[in-house]
Amino acid sequence: MNERDERLELERFALRIRIGIVEAIAAKGGGHIGGTLDLAEFLSVLYLRFLRVRPEEPDWAGRDYLVCSKGHSGPALYSALALQGFFPYELLRTLNRGGTTLPGHCDRTKVPGIDATTGSLGQGLSIACGLAMGTRLSHTDQKVFCILGDGELGEGQNWEAAAFAAHHGLESLTAVLDWNKMQIDGSNDEVLRLGDPVEKFKAFGWDAELVDGKDVLAIRDAVSRAYRRKGRPGLIVLDTVKGGNIPCIQELPNNHCIGVPAQLADRAMEFLRSEAKRLGVEVAE
Amino acid sequence: MKLRYTGSKPEADITQLFSPTMEELFELDEKVVYLDADLMGSLKTQELWKKHPDRVFNCGIQEANMVGVAAGLFLAGYKPYIHSFSPFATRRVFDQVFLSVGYAKKSVHLIGSDAGIMATDNGGTHMCFEDLALMRSIPGACVVDVSDAAMFMYLLKSTKDREGVTYFRTPRRNAPDIYEKDETFEVGKGKVLTEGEDLTIIASGVMTATALAAQRLLAEEGISARVVDPITVKPLDEALVLRCAEETGVIVTAENHNVIGGLGGAVAELVSENCPVPVLRVGIRDQYGQVGTEAFLREQYGLNPEDIVKKAHLALEKKKK
Repeated sequence: MNERDERLELERFALRIRIGIVEAIAAKGGGHIGGTLDLAEFLSVLYLRFLRVRPEEPDWAGRDYLVCSKGHSGPALYSALALQGFFPYELLRTLNRGGTTLPGHCDRTKVPGIDATTGSLGQGLSIACGLAMGTRLSHTDQKVFCILGDGELGEGQNWEAAAFAAHHGLESLTAVLDWNKMQIDGSNDEVLRLGDPVEKFKAFGWDAELVDGKDVLAIRDAVSRAYRRKGRPGLIVLDTVKGGNIPCIQELPNNHCIGVPAQLADRAMEFLRSEAKRLGVEVAE
Repeated sequence: MKLRYTGSKPEADITQLFSPTMEELFELDEKVVYLDADLMGSLKTQELWKKHPDRVFNCGIQEANMVGVAAGLFLAGYKPYIHSFSPFATRRVFDQVFLSVGYAKKSVHLIGSDAGIMATDNGGTHMCFEDLALMRSIPGACVVDVSDAAMFMYLLKSTKDREGVTYFRTPRRNAPDIYEKDETFEVGKGKVLTEGEDLTIIASGVMTATALAAQRLLAEEGISARVVDPITVKPLDEALVLRCAEETGVIVTAENHNVIGGLGGAVAELVSENCPVPVLRVGIRDQYGQVGTEAFLREQYGLNPEDIVKKAHLALEKKKK
């Protein structure tokens, strides 16, 4: 496949993930939309090109693992999983309703394809370390990915895990930082300065690189390098925008966890439909 | 039942028996792994670490991460046992244990050593009087207040495949032998150590031996005390506790823990709902820990056999009314 077609295919899938997210959160009337939308490109690349998983056998012991430590981004993973056939797409509309099997925060006990239960921030990277350690003990070539939030890096446990992963040279572990520079009460700079995450993780003994979070081919190349990396854990910092490039969501001063009334959902879907037209994706009206 | 208890020092300390037991577990099951947070010296597992570098991990001083790593190892098919001092194995990492392990339906064995007054010289910062309460509140958890080495070593092995959070709080040394070496133990099955009709003393952990000493003192006064070790504080042997309530009409509990939320709490909750008889609790009266020898601390917090005897007298008065 040439690079143009490759980009188109990955962008199309990212768009479909985004549509699934908006449909799910709009059906509930609101939710953690900001930091969920911005993961669409990364998830598109990961699920379409790399992650060795079996939708018909979600618990397959030989799979690559994905831990979403920022558990509130569950709907992004759910949308990708539904599109990949892990469960019926219609289930997305039950997101976070009483009795649902799709709680807003990632839940491995309820959602096929979710590898770790997360929601209390800061715990996922340690779980990913344990998985990486386990794959090493079992002498398999399985990979472990762990999505982190930038605000989440305020939790000290991440830095415990960062030191642990470097000490043990957990090469199968790749952390992916959704660096949208925003957290609940404001920007990272206003609430708790993060500094340069690439330099911080490098100082802990990790490989780390910054990638344009909208550029599917740049993400593809970074993940491809992650699959080949030896000797140490790696971090991919996704330079993203909270609200995931849907202007009417992105422009809100605080879009972390918000009500999404019909009017806002309609505007978002209108934009996504125009994108669909541009990319040649069919969308149900 | 036949007991080994004489009140004297144990034949072997838990620190001497722990590593060989873990090694037995390694041989029994290739999926068992052991993690510590820079306190291997305290349970004498450094040799085990050297011998089995692929099964034993020293995580360094980062208990929260250790719990998460154990949770991840479980997902990868392993059976992790993890250790730190009891406050760091429970209080410090409560959210990690609750969510990354319990809520996420994973299975991890937690070992918290030097619980309560057994922290002695390490003092108040290391003196955990709340770990039973914390661990009891995790749905489905198994909570063991270790009474002697035989019980601990047996349950370490027999609970290997137990699902969920399994917590052992254990002394490291100077816990008198109570049980014969070939005694067997079951989760949720308490043991009647001495028969008795006048009252029941339910005691766990290092207070089990203290209760046996109290039972002898009471016997000298002509008071017949039944001594019960619940073995697991959770699940509590409800049938046994209720039978004791019914048959002896009054209960004294004894624990090296805050009287809030631990063994006494568990017994009182059960008895008050099902067979209301007086339940008097010997334990820490909602206080913090402090520095001291075990003897000093027992004096400070009222954890000597004489304190149980006093409580037994009070209990018998209440029973008369």
